[in-house]
Amino acid sequence: MSTAEIEAARPPGGAGARAPARRHYVSWGDPLFRWFTIACAAAVALAMFLLIGVLVKNSWLAIHTLGIKPLTHVDYAPESNQYGALSSLFGTFVTTVIAMVIAVPLALAIALLLVELVPPIVSRVVGTVIEMLAAVPSIIFGLWGLLVIAPLMANHVEPWIQSSVLGHLPIFGGTPIGVDILTAGVVLSIMIMPFITAVARDVLKMVPTVTKEAGYGMGSTTWEVMHKISMRYALSGIAGAVFLGLGRALGETMAVAMIIGGGFSGIPHSLFSQGTTVSATIALNFPEALSKLETSSLIELALILFVITMVFQAAAQLWLARARRMSGSRA
Amino acid sequence: MSATSLDIVRRPMTPRSVGRRRLANSLVTTGACIAAAIGIFVMGWIVFTVVVHGATAWNWAFFTKLPPEGQYEPGHGIANCIIGTIVITFGAAVVGLPLGFFGAVYLSEFGRTGRLATAIRAVTNIVLGVPSIIAGLFAFGLIVLEEHHYSGFSASFALMFLMLPVMTRTAEDILNLVPNELRESAIAMGVPRWRATLGVIVKAARGGLITGGILAVVRVAGETAPLLFTALSSPYWMTLHGSSSYFGGPVGNLTKFIYDNSNQPYPGLIRMAWGASLLIIVAVLGVNILTRLLFQRGKEW
Repeated sequence: MSTAEIEAARPPGGAGARAPARRHYVSWGDPLFRWFTIACAAAVALAMFLLIGVLVKNSWLAIHTLGIKPLTHVDYAPESNQYGALSSLFGTFVTTVIAMVIAVPLALAIALLLVELVPPIVSRVVGTVIEMLAAVPSIIFGLWGLLVIAPLMANHVEPWIQSSVLGHLPIFGGTPIGVDILTAGVVLSIMIMPFITAVARDVLKMVPTVTKEAGYGMGSTTWEVMHKISMRYALSGIAGAVFLGLGRALGETMAVAMIIGGGFSGIPHSLFSQGTTVSATIALNFPEALSKLETSSLIELALILFVITMVFQAAAQLWLARARRMSGSRA
Repeated sequence: MSATSLDIVRRPMTPRSVGRRRLANSLVTTGACIAAAIGIFVMGWIVFTVVVHGATAWNWAFFTKLPPEGQYEPGHGIANCIIGTIVITFGAAVVGLPLGFFGAVYLSEFGRTGRLATAIRAVTNIVLGVPSIIAGLFAFGLIVLEEHHYSGFSASFALMFLMLPVMTRTAEDILNLVPNELRESAIAMGVPRWRATLGVIVKAARGGLITGGILAVVRVAGETAPLLFTALSSPYWMTLHGSSSYFGGPVGNLTKFIYDNSNQPYPGLIRMAWGASLLIIVAVLGVNILTRLLFQRGKEW
């Protein structure tokens, strides 16, 4: 096509005259827009580094004064100058384990149901209800757990466990009070279940239909296709979903702080006793912190929690990225 | 043929009883149905409990009067907390949504590949997992400690920090769904890149972007932990200046109100906490369902 033809193809009405002005516009508008969006995108990263800086700066007093004492001492009792982190870390660990043990099988079962077993319309309705559960704020789980679940646990569930065979185990000993580690773990499991379900569902959806159809074509049952094909194919993504839920359970604050009791000393031997977690210790003590050292030590606890959750979050993202790459290369 | 290759052929062909396979299949199916039923039941249980307890607290005074100071007296309400929560959330959204949106524009329009974009995407994903209580301590250290007083503004900052990665990731996913042909045709028209982005691509994805934005706001609106050390609580009306203004001092808000009153010895105060919970549930779930219904089309790109 010659230049003349292009000119002829242009709509009449001064289009040629506008062109130079536009080119001028482009020359500064586009780079400006680009740099503006880069600045906005980089804001998240900057905020992240600022956050680390602020946490380190404000916990420096504790790091300097206490050294590694928090990591070797159990009790957090600022009134007697004890700033141990172990009881908090222990509580975080135990509640997270309880939550994961309950939530992961539930979440995976629901995700499989949504993707493989029910018709799309049912899947959408059930999926939406589960997503709504994820939208319920933590404080409402806390209020519900404290005023509804805790009495239920104290009056029915925990005495029932104690009267069963399991009652002889020391971890189910003591007086059931409801406001305890077990209840916190149970409520926590309900809170993280929808997150694991949602991610696991998305990952299972990425399994190519042809691969599954090949399984059915071989005469496999639905369950055989699910666990031998779907789950194996989506394994890294499911791992990512589990880690995502784990990160959430580790950092969850309000509900746990309200339900776990917070009255504690040492490492509890029973799931029916009160306890604390890292985030609950911060939430319960920070507003009443009397000395600068106490404030600083709580921010140091936050720094420890931050490092732990970031490790799991990074692991989750790595697994999920791997799952996405895998489905991307095959789709 | 060697023995090993025969093994490979034989192993997958071990016969299994059809009855057993069917049994396993129906057991798993039943288990999955029970799991889903548990999830739906718990959701229903929570909503039911909050509605039953909360509805008894709702009356005209509840929405128009200030909370009681100290012990419970009838005729009080949570009007200042409602305003406080709206103002704090709005303050977070005004900065967080545009920042997150333009960040997403960079990631999806300019930085699909490339080191900087990959790095920013990775950090954004990680910030998604920052526990909300740590965001609160961040705002406390950055603003409250420097200014020597609590404020609604510092609470907004903490919520903004939590909202930002959610908005960025959601908006990026939605912008990525816009077909590339649309980008190419816009640029082929001779439109500058920024106008093609804002006028064509964003317009095409606006339903999804609005949904994503609203859901990002609603998600942080119910947060409590970041407000513990920033907004605190207040039994007074918010003023424009002075120690009970947005920038000047503690601001009453719904979630902290629930937390403070959940373990009070007065049944009246606990009832008010349920009432505030009902308000939050209605707002959060209502907005969630409404935006999904109204803007569902935006997701189908």
